[in-house]
Amino acid sequence: MTMRRVAIIGVGDTEFGELWDASFREIGIKAGLAAVASANITADKIDAVYVGNMSAGRFIEQEHIGALIADYSGLARDHIPATRIEAAGASGGLALRQGFMAVASGLHDIVVVGGAEKMTDVSDVESAMIQSSAADQEWETVLGATFPGLHALIAHRHMHEHGTTRDQLADVAVKNHKNGSLNPKAQFQREIKRETVLGSPMVASPLRVFDCAPSSDGAAAVVLCPLDHAKNYTEMPIEILGSGQASDTLALHHRKDICTMEATKVAAARAFKMAGLSQKDVDIAEVHDNFTISEILAIEDLGFFKKGEGGKATEEGRTSLGGEIAVNTSGGLKARGDPIGATGLAQAVEIVTQLRGGAGKRQVKDASVGLTHNVGGTGATVVVHLLRRV
Amino acid sequence: MKVGIVSYGAYVPRYRITPDEIGKVWGVDGKAMGKGLMIFSKSVPSPDEDTITIAVESARNMMRRCDVHPKDIGALYVGSESHPYAVKPSGTIVAEAIEASPDLMVADFEFACKAGTAAIQTCMGLVGAGLVKYGVAIGADTSQGAPGDALEYSASAGGAAFLIGSEKIIATLDHTYSYTTDTPDFWRREGQMYPRHGGRFTGEPAYFKHVVSGAKGLMERNKTAPKDYTHAVFHQPNGKFPTRVAKQLGFTDDQIKTGLVVPHIGNTYSGAVPLGLSAILDEAKPGDRIFAVAYGSGAGSDAFDITVTEEMKDFRRDRAPTVKELIANPKFLDYATYAKFRGKIILGSE
Repeated sequence: MTMRRVAIIGVGDTEFGELWDASFREIGIKAGLAAVASANITADKIDAVYVGNMSAGRFIEQEHIGALIADYSGLARDHIPATRIEAAGASGGLALRQGFMAVASGLHDIVVVGGAEKMTDVSDVESAMIQSSAADQEWETVLGATFPGLHALIAHRHMHEHGTTRDQLADVAVKNHKNGSLNPKAQFQREIKRETVLGSPMVASPLRVFDCAPSSDGAAAVVLCPLDHAKNYTEMPIEILGSGQASDTLALHHRKDICTMEATKVAAARAFKMAGLSQKDVDIAEVHDNFTISEILAIEDLGFFKKGEGGKATEEGRTSLGGEIAVNTSGGLKARGDPIGATGLAQAVEIVTQLRGGAGKRQVKDASVGLTHNVGGTGATVVVHLLRRV
Repeated sequence: MKVGIVSYGAYVPRYRITPDEIGKVWGVDGKAMGKGLMIFSKSVPSPDEDTITIAVESARNMMRRCDVHPKDIGALYVGSESHPYAVKPSGTIVAEAIEASPDLMVADFEFACKAGTAAIQTCMGLVGAGLVKYGVAIGADTSQGAPGDALEYSASAGGAAFLIGSEKIIATLDHTYSYTTDTPDFWRREGQMYPRHGGRFTGEPAYFKHVVSGAKGLMERNKTAPKDYTHAVFHQPNGKFPTRVAKQLGFTDDQIKTGLVVPHIGNTYSGAVPLGLSAILDEAKPGDRIFAVAYGSGAGSDAFDITVTEEMKDFRRDRAPTVKELIANPKFLDYATYAKFRGKIILGSE
């Protein structure tokens, strides 16, 4: 069986941040409706819905998210299939992959893929505990490891093995805040300095508050259809050229090298192979910078820079707007915000916006190929997508 | 009939602790925390002080400044979120202490940090309706912050009392407006030692939304603007919030500086706006217009438009200590003594 080529024909998202006046279902619907409206389709055309969400059960005590979203989108009476996808931080990216596969396989024509998380209804401590459940509960969390703590181990090892400096970690945050300052939907729209990062309270040595992505509320969505039909709905379809997914050990200590996320390497290789592209072809990338060290690992493991040179590349501005590959033009998880289930979709929305030339002040000139990199846990699930202007 | 403030009195415990001293115990940069909150020390009640003693001291200072006979007081309300008794009024003790008993109405109020101003509104109504000649409204607290919690850097103690009447008014209470919603940003359940709060949720959707709505609501109904007021005081859980809300509403630093007492004594909860208002009355001149907005978690705001009258010229402010005098000459505590004073050290039983 040959796969059909798949295109994104519509995108929608909400502002990210502390959206205290809006409920989970409100933000989910807002992003979904915006995507559907921008795809110029009507509800009766939708064949299926996929929703990325990590932990609504614990954040808002609501499970059964697929049905909830279908219902409040007005799709319940059409009885369309609605499925929730969970893979911790990679929930959104994995939902996108499920939608992609559904359309590519020929099973569905029009699929809406959304992602949403409402994280600020619980206390900061509770939020940290919920996020830490993406790690291995029996071997890591129960023994006191937190999510920032595990990433701090990675950071220390990376600094030790490869000479990555504390300043270089800070530079990731500085760059992403600068990009965020150009994104009206970002949670943080203020530029910061290295000193801001270095002077912020310690979370888990060497990571400080400004090394960590925030807790956020937010949602994002895309509409998919077969590439052959795409021009019926939009003049600027964006093709999903490659989709790669990989798993790794759940616990960090079972990896042979904690400075490398093997799942990133494998997922990227699979996506590049499917797309018939190489790293050189990529103009922009949205990578999973839930911590500053994560972005350094990501740009190395995705193959944009050699292992150990990610920090230096960031320091030299090679990943900044105007650099050789613009990384996290949206502000990334760090500044755009990280509503977990929505993050993978927000990455796709940013790449589509850039490839369509609609990114305003943060627009990367002539961008034609973009990559999204979405990570669950400390790298136990990774999803990579390659998108191209048609 | 004009209703207004006939007299007032304040009280602040002498003991203080700095954010730096608290931070040392919890591994926090207390200096930076204090700077961020604009709180440089907070008042601490001594082991013999509680909301009732603070209310009594304030009420006595209030009575010293006027020649009203205590038997003419027809109502007394104590607003606090730290009444020493779960069941048994604070107000009855205060009424006895100022010899206003037994011919009066007494009740305790609770509305987080704005129970004191709620008491003022109640007295306005009773005096205005002619049901009582004078009413006493007190806001006082010995507020609680759990050890190590962000609140521990601000939660303090203090209070002020106001005699509300219609004769010899030093400041008329021209208008009041309240803005109330059910917004659970901060709470303490029965039997719990320390309150819980929604962290950053206590800011934008709670304090700012209600203070701004209360302030705007009053000014719209009153057809006034920030420039019409000589002084303004907003609920002061820290220095940052009232400064920011004042700016947001269009008030200047000059208008709020007299009533901003929080940097020296911390958040006195139900005592916060009453103390700020007292500090303003300590210095206000006839004709001065005062804008006051209290905030209580849960949540609501009480806004007041107040005008200082000619009576202020003959008013004997000097018969009782001013807020400035109460704040001066503090005694600083180390954390261990503070913990003992606040009952944070649990003693073993036999």
